[in-house]
Amino acid sequence: MPETAILSAPPAGLIHGRTRAESDRRRRWIVVIVCAVVAVAAIAALILSGLPATVGSRAWSYSLDRLSRHAVAIVLVSVAVGVSTVIFQTVTGNRILTPALMGFDSLYLLIQTMLVFFMIPRDAAVIGGLTSGGLSGFLGQTAIMVVASTSLYLWLLGGRRTDIHLLLLVGVVFGVFFRSASSFFQRLLDPAAYLQVQDAMFASFRGVQLDVLVACGVIVVAGLVVVAILGRRLDVMLLGRDPAVALGVNHRKVTIVILVVVSFLVSASTALIGPVMFFGLIVANAAYALLGTTLHRYTLPVASLLGVIALAGGEMVLGALGVESALSIVIEFAGGLLFLFLLLTNRAR
Amino acid sequence: MTTTLVERRLQHTSLWPALGVVALVVSLVASVFVGAANITVWDALTGGLTEAHRVYLVEARLPRTAAAALAGASLAIAGLLMQLLTRNRFVEPSTAGTVESAGLGLVVVAIIAPGAPIVAKMLVAMVFALAGTALFLACIRRVPVSDSFVVPLIGIMLGSVVGAVAAFLALSRDLLQMLNSWMLADFSAVLAGRYELLWLVAVLGVLAYIAADRFTVAGLGEDVSTGLGLDHKTVVAAGMAIVAAVAAVVVVTVGALPLLGLVVPNVVSRLVGDDARRGLPLVALLGAVTVLVCDMVGRSLPGLFAGGAPGAGEVPVGTIVGILGGAVFLAMMLRGVRNA
Repeated sequence: MPETAILSAPPAGLIHGRTRAESDRRRRWIVVIVCAVVAVAAIAALILSGLPATVGSRAWSYSLDRLSRHAVAIVLVSVAVGVSTVIFQTVTGNRILTPALMGFDSLYLLIQTMLVFFMIPRDAAVIGGLTSGGLSGFLGQTAIMVVASTSLYLWLLGGRRTDIHLLLLVGVVFGVFFRSASSFFQRLLDPAAYLQVQDAMFASFRGVQLDVLVACGVIVVAGLVVVAILGRRLDVMLLGRDPAVALGVNHRKVTIVILVVVSFLVSASTALIGPVMFFGLIVANAAYALLGTTLHRYTLPVASLLGVIALAGGEMVLGALGVESALSIVIEFAGGLLFLFLLLTNRAR
Repeated sequence: MTTTLVERRLQHTSLWPALGVVALVVSLVASVFVGAANITVWDALTGGLTEAHRVYLVEARLPRTAAAALAGASLAIAGLLMQLLTRNRFVEPSTAGTVESAGLGLVVVAIIAPGAPIVAKMLVAMVFALAGTALFLACIRRVPVSDSFVVPLIGIMLGSVVGAVAAFLALSRDLLQMLNSWMLADFSAVLAGRYELLWLVAVLGVLAYIAADRFTVAGLGEDVSTGLGLDHKTVVAAGMAIVAAVAAVVVVTVGALPLLGLVVPNVVSRLVGDDARRGLPLVALLGAVTVLVCDMVGRSLPGLFAGGAPGAGEVPVGTIVGILGGAVFLAMMLRGVRNA
């Protein structure tokens, strides 16, 4: 595939008989392949380290079932978070805004809580179906989430050139606001319903039900198909609004499509593990740094694979230290530092 | 703020303080008598109280009211000082890492010396809050002042990094629940004998009022205030010390009240301008009234709701303040978006 002249450095002489563009391309594909190998190894290690010694016993098959669900959940979350963050940053044209920082996943939680709250009569079975993974409830929530978040963020990001820091601050405060509102409604619930919402909020990979996994899988695959259809138009979007329009891309339409895909993917990942503030920021920026490019055909897979490596590897390392549940805290710490670094060194764009 | 003389005259009319005092008195009285036990103002005044009710009033209701008023007034003052000294309208203890640093200090004390007296805990929390605030000030020196939205962003993120460290420590020692109770104010556990340290912040508020003019001048910026003969660094350090002390005391006794210190001073500065000497009493009044009202709302809502399920407790005041503060904060910023 020839690179378009706009998006890559011009061939600057020959290096070892190859043009600069060719050797760049080779290097980037090597990064993708290495990431893939490490990610597969991490997942395999995670599964193998959790299995009991006797192959074929009941404990063994039970563990295998649990661990393989766990692995699938990790992969789905990593792809959802990696892809949604990268394409969101493409639309907003910077490296620091992410869906999570803009309050997407706390909005999802608020919608979930309010659904439980306004369910009359408060039938525990219905609530359970809604929050802890009945397929129809999950899809209904996702639909509401997509409408709410797309309209909110289209209004915020729609076309105007606003100050990026202002946008970020608005997003962060939206997040605080949504979280306060969720806990407000949770307090007004009766304790049984409250417990169920809380379970949904802190869902870890471990207790994921099969039907939610399937639903999330369908959403993630559909999202990937849409991204594939957009294809090179995503790269053109990176140039900014006016150049993209000049090159024949319907900027507004693509923006809306991307926001819808992002809301779907965020719904899927939040349903699986709850809100993760900085995870996307870390994997997306690590991918840009490793690749030295923002071309989507490299960044999308690498960001997703880095997510798998971070989650599976992080769980193994922390498990060895005996503080498994601290993974989200560690991500928060590292992500916060990265965010401050980006902000203070002005590398947001 | 450029104001004409006529406008200044108008701002000098002392209508607002009078209104503030009336509002405070009304909300204090309401706060004492709103709640589960049916105590009427009439009974309390004529001495027609049962013994149980009298004990309840003195041991629970009055302390709770005092705690809410003191915490609200002092945090609002802390917010005002921070906004003056950083010259940024969006800074307050919860958007500068101060609150989270105080929480980290508390976790550290709980791990190292679990049996320490509460005053010692407060002192450590204060030192941590001060260090966190100093770190924040060092960070924001790197951004131009004009970039007013970056400053609170840096503060919030710094807070989440410090909060992550605190959460990690708390998780490894099973203190997470304790940490969460510090990070969100709740007055339902305030009883006589458990909140008196809050009177310390009243002293800090008076100190802030005495030094108000210096803070106003310091708010003009380092060059101007040095030119006017003010020791800028010392004044900033003193102001931040007051802020850290207030944050530490409030977090230890009742918990954090997010964004209160941001909303109240901004409302007051709309009413009477940016002179700290004139604004500070009003800020204190409005802060107290806001928290008293939010506390009453949180107390009575679960009972009022048609779906007020049995067993639903109070809504913590921190949640209500957070919703209110978030909404006002967003409104302030989105005006900026629309004007862009």
